[in-house]
This record gives sequence, C-alpha cells and structure tokens, in this order.
Amino acid sequence: MSSIAQKKGFGATIWDFMTTVDHKKIAILYLISGGFFFLVGGIEAMLIRIQLAKAGNDFLSAGLYNEIITMHGTTMIFLASMPLLLAFMNAIMPLQIGARDVAFPFLNSLGFWLFFFGGIFLNLSWFMGGAPDAGWTNYASLALASEGHGIDFYTLGLTISGFGTLIAGINFLVTIINMRAPGMTYMRMPLFTWTTFVASALILLAFPPLTVGLFFMIFDRLFNSSFFVVEMGGNTIIWEHLFWIFGHPEVYILILPAFGIFSEIFAIFSRKRLFGYTALVFATILIGFYGFMVWAHHMFTVGLGPTANAVFALATMIIAVPTGIKIFNWLLTIWGGSISFTVPMIYAVAFIPSFVAGGVTGVMQAIAPLDYQLHDSYFIVAHFHYVIVGGVVLGILAGTHLYWPKMFGTMLSEKLGKWTFWFFFIGFHLTFFIQHFLGLMGMPRRVYTFGADQGWDLFNAISSAGAVFMAIGVIILLVNVVMTTIKNERVGNDPWGDGRTLEWAIPSPPPFYNFAQTPLVRGLDTFWIEKMDGNKKGMIFAEPLGDIHMPNNSIIPFVISLGMFIASFGALYFLDGDKPWALAVLIIGLLITFGSMLVRSLKDDLGFYITKEELLEDAKGGKTDGH
Amino acid sequence: MMATLLVFLAGCGREEISTLIPAGEVAQDQFNLLILSSIIMLFVIIVVSIIFVLAIVKFRRSKMGEDMIPEQVEGSARLEFLWTAVPIVLLLILAVPTVYSTFDLADVSTMDVQAEDGTSSNLTVNVTAKLYWWEFEYPEQGIVTSQELVVPTDERVYFNLISADIKHSFWIPSIGGKLDVNPENVNTFYLTFDQQSSELEDGVFYGKCAELCGPSHALMDFKVKSVDREEFDQWVTAMQSEEPAAVEGDLALQGEELFGADGLSCIACHATSGVGEGNIMQGPNMATFGDRNRVAGYLEHNEENLKNWIADPQEYKPGNLMPAAASLNNGEELTEQELDALAAYLMGLTVEE
Repeated sequence: MSSIAQKKGFGATIWDFMTTVDHKKIAILYLISGGFFFLVGGIEAMLIRIQLAKAGNDFLSAGLYNEIITMHGTTMIFLASMPLLLAFMNAIMPLQIGARDVAFPFLNSLGFWLFFFGGIFLNLSWFMGGAPDAGWTNYASLALASEGHGIDFYTLGLTISGFGTLIAGINFLVTIINMRAPGMTYMRMPLFTWTTFVASALILLAFPPLTVGLFFMIFDRLFNSSFFVVEMGGNTIIWEHLFWIFGHPEVYILILPAFGIFSEIFAIFSRKRLFGYTALVFATILIGFYGFMVWAHHMFTVGLGPTANAVFALATMIIAVPTGIKIFNWLLTIWGGSISFTVPMIYAVAFIPSFVAGGVTGVMQAIAPLDYQLHDSYFIVAHFHYVIVGGVVLGILAGTHLYWPKMFGTMLSEKLGKWTFWFFFIGFHLTFFIQHFLGLMGMPRRVYTFGADQGWDLFNAISSAGAVFMAIGVIILLVNVVMTTIKNERVGNDPWGDGRTLEWAIPSPPPFYNFAQTPLVRGLDTFWIEKMDGNKKGMIFAEPLGDIHMPNNSIIPFVISLGMFIASFGALYFLDGDKPWALAVLIIGLLITFGSMLVRSLKDDLGFYITKEELLEDAKGGKTDGH
Repeated sequence: MMATLLVFLAGCGREEISTLIPAGEVAQDQFNLLILSSIIMLFVIIVVSIIFVLAIVKFRRSKMGEDMIPEQVEGSARLEFLWTAVPIVLLLILAVPTVYSTFDLADVSTMDVQAEDGTSSNLTVNVTAKLYWWEFEYPEQGIVTSQELVVPTDERVYFNLISADIKHSFWIPSIGGKLDVNPENVNTFYLTFDQQSSELEDGVFYGKCAELCGPSHALMDFKVKSVDREEFDQWVTAMQSEEPAAVEGDLALQGEELFGADGLSCIACHATSGVGEGNIMQGPNMATFGDRNRVAGYLEHNEENLKNWIADPQEYKPGNLMPAAASLNNGEELTEQELDALAAYLMGLTVEE
C-alpha cells in the first residue's frame, strides 16, 4: 500500500484529494480553501477601504457596498478564519496526541466537503442575482425586507457549512477523549490540543442556536412563517439573541486555537516549558465557559433594561481575568528563555501588544453605559479587528509558517516571511488604530459613505492607506508559498530544532499512517523529554511493530455534500413560485444526499491493513527517519 | 496624565458630533467613564509593555548563547495569584460606576411626573424612525415635525422610540449614547442638552442612525436644534398655530398648487401644518422645511439640492420610499419651472422669525 502514495498524475491527485479520509490531506484541503476565501474576503476589504478613502466617494453604490461588507464579514469568519484553524487542528492535533488519525475519518471528510460546498454556494450569490446585504449579523427585520435571493444564499449556505463545522467539532472531541496515546493524560496534552478541545466543545454547543435561528429565517423567507414578522406577532429580537448566543462563543472558537498556536510557539522558540501550564489550561476552560454567558453585551443598546445590561456587563468584565492570566503566563514563558526570532516567533511576539490593545477596548465596551456611545460606531470596528486580526489572523499566519514544514516537508522562506510580517503588522495598526478615534468622533459603522463636513476625512484616508500595506504583505506571502513550493528543499523531523511535542518526532510530512508504533508519553513536552534524555529516536514506543488497520478512501462524503448543494438551489428557487423545475432540483439533490447515505450504511467498508513488512520497508527507505 | 489625555481627545472631531466633546449630561457621564477606563487600561498596557520589552530585549538567543538550555520552570502559584487578584481589583473599580450608571441612565421614573395643573413637567418626544428619515412628535403639545429635532436646553427630555419598518438606532453622539429603535417595542430614555446649538459652527447637533437599515443607512441623518426654554416655547406656539405661513410670490403659489391635491398630491404624504400626531403620515412633515439645516437630512440646504432631490429621490437616497416625480405627474418628468415653483414654496414653509 505504501507505494501507492508515490508518483501520480494530476487527475489521480485530484481524485485522491476528493476521496481522502486522511486528516493530513483534509488539513491541506482546509488550508487551500480557507486560504482562497481569505483572499476573497481580503479583496472585499480592499474595496471597502477604497470606497471610504475619501468623503462622498462613489466608487461603490450603496447597495453593493452593503453586499460587500456582509460578504467580507461572513467570509472572513465562517469561510476563512475557521477553516484555516481547522486546517491546523486537523494537521497537528492527532499528531500531538500520538493518534493514527481522527476518530471518524469518514466524517472528517464529510465535514470538509459540507463546509466547502456551503462556502461555494454562499459566494455564488455574487453571480446569481446579488449577495446578502444585511450584514454578517443578518438582523431579522432588515434581512426579511431584503429583496432578491441574497439572504437565502446566506441562510442556506451557512446551514450547510455549519453542519460541516459541527461535524468537525464532534470529531475532534471524540478524538481527543478516546485516541490519546498511552501516557498522554489530559494534563500532559499540548496547549494546542487543549484549545482545540475547548474550541470543539464550543462548536458543539454554539452552532445549534445558529442553526435554529437560520431555520427560523429560512422558514420565514421561503415558507411564509412569522417567527420574525412583527406585524404577525413575531419578534426580531429573538434573532439577535440566537445569533449572539452563537456569535460570542464563535469569537472564542476562533481565538482559542490561535492562543494554542501561540502557546506552542512561545515554548518552542524560547526553548522553555510553558510557564504555568495548569493555569493556561484552566484559563482556556474558563474563557470557553464564560463565553456562553456574555452574549447580550452585543445587545446593550437593544433596550433589554438596566438589570440585564448590568449583569452582562459584569459577566463580560470577568473574562478579562483568565485572558490576563494567559498573557502574563506567556510573558513569563519567554522570560528567562532563549528567544529565537524566527517568523512564527515574531508573529507571536507581535500578537501580545496587539491583542492586549484589543482586549482593553473590550473591557471598555463591557461598561454598558459607555458602550451606548461605542456600540455600532467605528470604535467597535477597531476593537473586533484588533482581536480578530491581531489575535486570530496573526495566529493563523504564525501557524502557517510554523506548521508549513510539518504539512508539506519544506520551509517557507524566513526572509520573505519577515517582509510579509512587517507590511502586514504595520498596515494592520495603521488601518485599525485610528478607527477607535473615528468611532469616538461619532462615525457609525456600516456606512457606505460619509459627508466631508464631519471631521472624518483624514483618519479614513490613513486607514485606507494602511489597508494597502496589509495587502502587500499578503501578496508577498503568496510569492513565498510559490517560491517555496518550486524550490522544494526537504526538511527533517524537527526543522525548527527546538520542537517539544510529538508532531516534531516524526517525518515532515508524516507517513499516511502517522506513527508506525504508537508512542508512550512520559510527560508534558514528550519529544523534549526524550531529546533531553538523549533518545535518538525521539520517542519510546508503547507497542511492538505490527499491522496497522486503515480506513479506505471514499467519494461518498463529496457526493453527500454535493447533493445538499444541489438541493439548496432547489429550495432557493422553489418559492419564487414561477419555477416549477426548482422542486425537481430540490428532490434530486435530497435523493443524492440520502441515497449516498444509504449506500454508506448498507455497504460494509472494512478498510485495509498495512502489514508489518510494508512498514519495515518504508522505514528502510529512510522515510521514517529523516533526521 | 489625565489632563494631557483630555486635551488630546478634545482635539478630535467636530463639536457637532464628537463624543469627545460632550454637550449633554449623559454624554458627559459616558465621557467620564471613557476617561476612567482609559486610565485603568493604560496602566495595564504599561505594566504588560514593561515586562514584554524587558523580556524580548534581555533574553534574545544572540545574548543567551546558541546552545544554552534555559531552566524549564513550571510556574509560580504566587505570581498566578498576583495576576488574578490585581485585575479583579481593577475590574471592581470599573464595576461600581458601571452598575450605578447603567441604572441611572435607564431611570425614566420622573417621566410622567405632573405639575399641579396636570401638564407634564418634562418634555416627551415620540420618535418614529422610517426608511430613511425621522419623525418627532411632541404629544403634550400636539405638534409633529421631522428630520430636525427641536429641544429646550438644561432639562431632561424623554424620548419614546419606535420604528415604523425595520430596526434603526437613535444616536446624537455629542449629547449621549444611542438606543435602538425596534419595530416591536417602544424604547424609552432621556437626554439632556446642555449647550445651545446656535453656538456651534453649523448651528445644529448631528444625529445619526447607528444600525444598518438598508442602502441609505449612511444617509439617515437628522439634526438637533437646542434652544433655551423661552425660545422653545415660542417655537411650540408657532408650530401650534393652525394657520400655515402665508405663501408669498407667484412662483411659490404655483408651487403650493403643485404640492396640493390638484397638483402632484405631495400633500397626501407630506403635511404642511405642524399640528398633528405622529406615525400617521407616510412622509416627513414639511411645516418647518424652510428652517432646516439640510435637504433630505444630509444635502446642503439650498434650492438646487431640493430640486435635484424632488426630481430623482433614488439618486440621492437609494431605497427610500418617496415615489419618482414622474409617477405622480402622469409619467412625465417635472419641468425646470415646476421644480423651481416647488422649491420656492417649500423653502417658504417656516415657523421661525
């Protein structure tokens, strides 16, 4: 079997990726599609900043601008940040716990393809009558009044991709609970695995409220129900609650894995064990827990009354405590270490002041009466870009450089990486710092234009100039990726030299079965312990070499997702009333989905075995010991 | 430090709209919270920055030596306690004024207090938000106006907010924070206007819609005239007079004709008398049109803009509900002369001296 992974034609490679159930290949799929949507969202961001570069600009029309801001937010949250983080979770987490794959490889593939088709469906709205235009929050009264099919693309697309994310979350939870190598107790798990674990729990609990809200919205728009129709006794505030009960944990679903990546980086490049590991773990859990109790701080101005506002204000402030614990433990991790300023470490170091800046403005907005001024102004725009770009995106960029060799077996250029960093980092602060003041000067968010007589011209121009820097940084990163891929200089197990966790103990990229023998874990930072003990193999083994049971590839996840994609078009056009073919499309799509689920249920797929002899042959080929 | 911060912040923005130049009690309270929280947060930033800078300067690998293996410290319970306890204390300092102010700003219990003669001692304004304009009804006074809110200074003004269509948000940054204008329930709060708007360069405070409400959300502005109580009472009296201002000049008379039921029937949606109730008419009340600061809420107040607006409302506020002029004129565009007449008539609608 092992020889199958050798030379292949282009078509065969595509087919391989369409059918793969290998967590490392699915990670690459997430990385490519998440990266693609990141570029799409980035282009939308540039259009926004061009439009706002000067007062009274007419580069974009009012309606188109609203479509662009909606798609920018939706794309960046659901289709870029989350899948990019899922890429690292998929690529690294099973390796960190010494597992052969995730618990449900088939579901892993299904999760990806559902996300992918949901994202494509959402973006096809651009070419099929207009994108959604009610903001990424999609508040109900505006969404129901929106003409055309934009909102339907939003609700159906997010429902499908939401299923995918939910499946991924459940899969990771089961994987971490059940598939840890012998000796890998919970309190020996690397921080990135911990944050994956907590983020997956948040996905499990946060996505259902969103799905409920989306279903209400779909029913209101397509089947004339009245959940949000005020004249019929509906209530639009319900949408806001459902959305933010999902929406706030969603922010932590994004930031926690980024925290995990930074935790790994601080330890690796300071050559030092994480300071206060236990505190970092409990802070992660606390942040996840509090994340569900603060959603109404997005709704201080809705008129919920002073009691609700005061309670949610205090609950929100509490989150600053575990977040502060994390910041100080990271600082103490690098304190006394030996800091190597590689590209991942530069991102991690830059993350601290950026995220602290985003964090303190978060506390300011927790002060409910002050938030009456800040809410829906450019201050909040600055705040959430500071936490999402300054936290999540810096984390993703750091993770990209850190894990690129593990995923692809070759290092991104450090020199170009530093150029990317400086352009992106300077551009980021230039773009968003000044927006705090625009907000305080009275500029509301989501305005497609502004009058010249309000004193906002200069700061908006500066902000737009900053966006150009960020774009240049991203372009350099793309150049870096292309050049690195062309050069293709292979690296060994531990390309950074100071790896501490299990993923650095095996080849880059790892063989498709990961660990030929399941490792035995003797403590936190297993690989580091073995290295310090002079163990040349990098790990000790919990089992003798033997046959490995592997799952077969399958096209069924792709087909199930394709069926839902087709059915969504049917649902979308069905209630135009004048398109009788739409019902047929809906039925065909659902038949494809349920038919392929039936095939999956009825057909036994027992997988295959890699024999001990094949493993030995692989090892002889020098592939399992690249160091 | 606080003084420099204040000076710096006060330099930001225009006094008609900046939250950093508060002109009302509510905005002042919120500004004070901003300063208090900024100082505490600056303290946090400074502490983090010092540790951060020292760490990355002191412990560079170039200084520590290539092969140096640092001590693998596990942590410190004492430090963990310290950086848990100190933030909690800082948050408590913030929590007290937060809770106090949250209840204080929501306290509308004095709204219905009545004077001995049975009239309310406080002014109440019913605000109705519509795509994309604002209506202000003064229920006690029996008058209604639109797009330009007129209020007395130095007393609490209570607002009842409701939307006639989709969700909006009512915000006068230099006077106080925003409150959402929901379609399903009335939200109530108060503001105090401590400065007469005539002292401002533009003569009005700027009000905004702060919740995305469709294509012309950015243009859903209103203006606020704050005047002393005496002047306010005069304005109310003028509004209450049943007789509309006399129309002067042939052109304006022709405009009145066009505006009326025998012409384009603009009057079916736009009342020209300030007497009335709120949330009845489809379009903004025109009684004070000549006194206003802007056309359509954001264009400079001159006849040219007014004519452009009437001729093609969708060009200036996409998605607004005003019918195209041609649809009211048997399919024909208005002539330049007709537009002139309408503009002359509307600019003459005034209740001020």
